[in-house]
Amino acid sequence: MTIVWDDPVNLMSYVTWVFQKLFGYNKEKAEKLMMDVHTKGKAVVSTGARERMEMDANQLHGYGLWATVDRG
Amino acid sequence: MFRRSGGQCVATFAHDEVRVLRKVAAEVVGLLTDGMDHTDPVVSRLFPDIYPDLPEDSQEFRLYTEGDLKTSKIDQAGAILAALPDEGEGEVRLDGEAAEAWLRAINDARLAMGTRLEIKADTDLGEELDDAVLEDPGSSRVFQLSVYAYLGYLQESLLNALPEIR
Repeated sequence: MTIVWDDPVNLMSYVTWVFQKLFGYNKEKAEKLMMDVHTKGKAVVSTGARERMEMDANQLHGYGLWATVDRG
Repeated sequence: MFRRSGGQCVATFAHDEVRVLRKVAAEVVGLLTDGMDHTDPVVSRLFPDIYPDLPEDSQEFRLYTEGDLKTSKIDQAGAILAALPDEGEGEVRLDGEAAEAWLRAINDARLAMGTRLEIKADTDLGEELDDAVLEDPGSSRVFQLSVYAYLGYLQESLLNALPEIR
């Protein structure tokens, strides 16, 4: 799975926009994920095969989000 | 600050804003084009390890992906330089694609500055700035903090000027 970690710089509105843009999540789902990252320190943003997760994390790095992959 | 006008994101920048934005974008390009030092906290924040507990796997992944990631970050910062007037004041009009490049580039600049300024989750920017001004109003820290705060407002205004996604 792909995990996004909280960081003190990224704007909440920006993180929500990235989740909508990259994953096609609706605003409600994107905002909930963003709040999970913000309040719990991290959130699972996508799950699937390893190559897919690596691609997601790499794209998230392109947007400046702090993403890692957990092989579970 | 950006506003929505005629299907585009539009902003009018004063002379000083143009100068600061050009400087910030050029610094990001410089950081990415000079031999990157992965022990630099700014570099490790912009290019995080994909497997935090597996340094070798992270390194291998980096080998295949870092070049493209770096190129796209340089292009994003280049989009800011391309849209701004060379000098003086001026209007910037961004279509959807350019607006996205600006958002990503402003974010990279804020990440770099925020890391250098050691911004934490509980940092009160106003207080930081007041303290820095008291210490030395002409210091580089005062300038950096002001620019960092300005970029946050600018990014927020650009997000608000985008068409709503769904």
